[in-house]
Amino acid sequence: MQRWSRFNIASIVLGFAFLYLPIVLLVVFSFNESKLVTVWAGFSTKWYVQLFHNQALLDAAWVTIRVGLISATVATVLGTLAALAMTRYTRFRGRMLFSGMIYAPLVMPEVITGLSMLLLFVAIGFDRGFWTLTLAHITFTMCFVAVVVQSRLLSFDRSIEEAAMDLGATPVATFLQVTLPVIAPAVFSGWVLAFTLSLDDLVISSFTSGPGATTLPMRIYSQVRLGVTPEINAVCTILIGIVAIGVLIASVVSRSREIQRVKDEQAAFAH
Amino acid sequence: MAKLGSALFNRLVIIIPYAWLLFFFLIPFFIVIRISLSETAVAMPPYLPVFDLASGFGGIIDNIKQFSIDNYIWLTEDALYAKAYISSLWIAGVSTFLTLLIAYPVAYGMAQAPNTIRPTLLMLVILPFWTSFLIRVYAWIAILKPEGLLNQLLLTLGVIDQPLIILNTNWAIYIGIVYSYLPFMVLPIYSSLEKMDHSLTEAAQDLGCTPIRAFWRVTFPLSLPGVVAGCMLVFIPAVGEFVIPDLLGGSETLMIGKTLWNEFNANRDWPVSAAVATILLLILVVPIMFFQHAQSKADAEGR
Repeated sequence: MQRWSRFNIASIVLGFAFLYLPIVLLVVFSFNESKLVTVWAGFSTKWYVQLFHNQALLDAAWVTIRVGLISATVATVLGTLAALAMTRYTRFRGRMLFSGMIYAPLVMPEVITGLSMLLLFVAIGFDRGFWTLTLAHITFTMCFVAVVVQSRLLSFDRSIEEAAMDLGATPVATFLQVTLPVIAPAVFSGWVLAFTLSLDDLVISSFTSGPGATTLPMRIYSQVRLGVTPEINAVCTILIGIVAIGVLIASVVSRSREIQRVKDEQAAFAH
Repeated sequence: MAKLGSALFNRLVIIIPYAWLLFFFLIPFFIVIRISLSETAVAMPPYLPVFDLASGFGGIIDNIKQFSIDNYIWLTEDALYAKAYISSLWIAGVSTFLTLLIAYPVAYGMAQAPNTIRPTLLMLVILPFWTSFLIRVYAWIAILKPEGLLNQLLLTLGVIDQPLIILNTNWAIYIGIVYSYLPFMVLPIYSSLEKMDHSLTEAAQDLGCTPIRAFWRVTFPLSLPGVVAGCMLVFIPAVGEFVIPDLLGGSETLMIGKTLWNEFNANRDWPVSAAVATILLLILVVPIMFFQHAQSKADAEGR
């Protein structure tokens, strides 16, 4: 029986065309000679050159990268702990609330999250700026990390952990030497996800940042409001390029890890 | 000693993320509610003082007596807010339905695909999710403009002889939401279809079901958990969406996320924007709890 029918292929092709065509057009028009983003007038890289003379944009990019690196790293630690708590301890007081606080940020409209965090920072008298921005990013990205790591932990064979414990390893040693190496690809893709989410965020950042901490999306947004220009297309193209490379590295790393793991297992069985 | 260490480790694994989320996620909501009950003041921050712990318990009681629901009364008096809530729910509902219509065939096609190319297809669905939301919405402006690429194409093909006005209408918002949230719908549907046992549909067809009937009687009901999860993942954030109505919508488009943003940034009225957020949260709390319940159930099954 043929399951992969013409209808299936057509819907996939159309669906993917819909997903990718706008991005392709955006990239193409970043190389447009003309100032218009709708009429092609020849190939040019002048918008990229102009970009590197735009100091405000470069400053914003630097802020964005620093916030992304710090927040993704802290969020990965917190998110991994949260995933462990969710999968290992099925019963503890307030578990419902805990899982609610993990899942709610995934769907919570950003205007609510942003406003509420801003009001928290104001209430405790924390001056808005780089650090409030970073704290806000840690909070909403750690939940995504938790979900990614949790799905890996659910399929984790716990007997190897128990074996380590039986052989006298402490829980910390078991975690670091047995659990972490196995879930490392998921932890890594959680980090990459947290980093790109932080890189992209506009709404939560606008609420929680202060003077001197303008991120790239905030800068892009204020320029977009003035009009669509190839220069913005160029910034977007660079961002897309960075993310694409990041995702590519992440997938290559996790695939080679997976192959290594399968090899190790086969070797273990062969003995 | 080792036992003490292990107990401590077990505790910390729960306590650290728990405390973080309590402080940075849950407590802020109570502050939002509190500020929605205070009065606007010309000061920085622009509302009357919240809690003055220095005055002790009596001070807190006094404080509670000063709670004012003026902001909520204001929300009911101005029809703009009610309209914005209703139109947000409507726009989110229509967009969710349209997303489902497009996402289902794609997810179904992916689940039917040969095993060898499935990981690649999955990767291709996830990839746009990693590229900036803002950028993906921005990309549509150049396409939907009256002199934009879509109109150029349709005019050249002779399908239309007048440019279509799409940008700055609700249609542009529908397109924007469907486009931005499509991966969120495709992924859960795909994962529920992928787990399905194909012998079930084959059995239905062997017993005389037409393929279409077999789909509606067997495949679709089995994929319902994925459909529900996908709809929640699209609908809930779409209700409070800001970027899409702001960039693609028109001046007469009312969406509550945009209203909240303007109230906060342009009018600098923090208590009213807190009240707007509180009501939005009340509207969404049921779907959010439903989503969390469905997710926890799915996790429990995966265990």
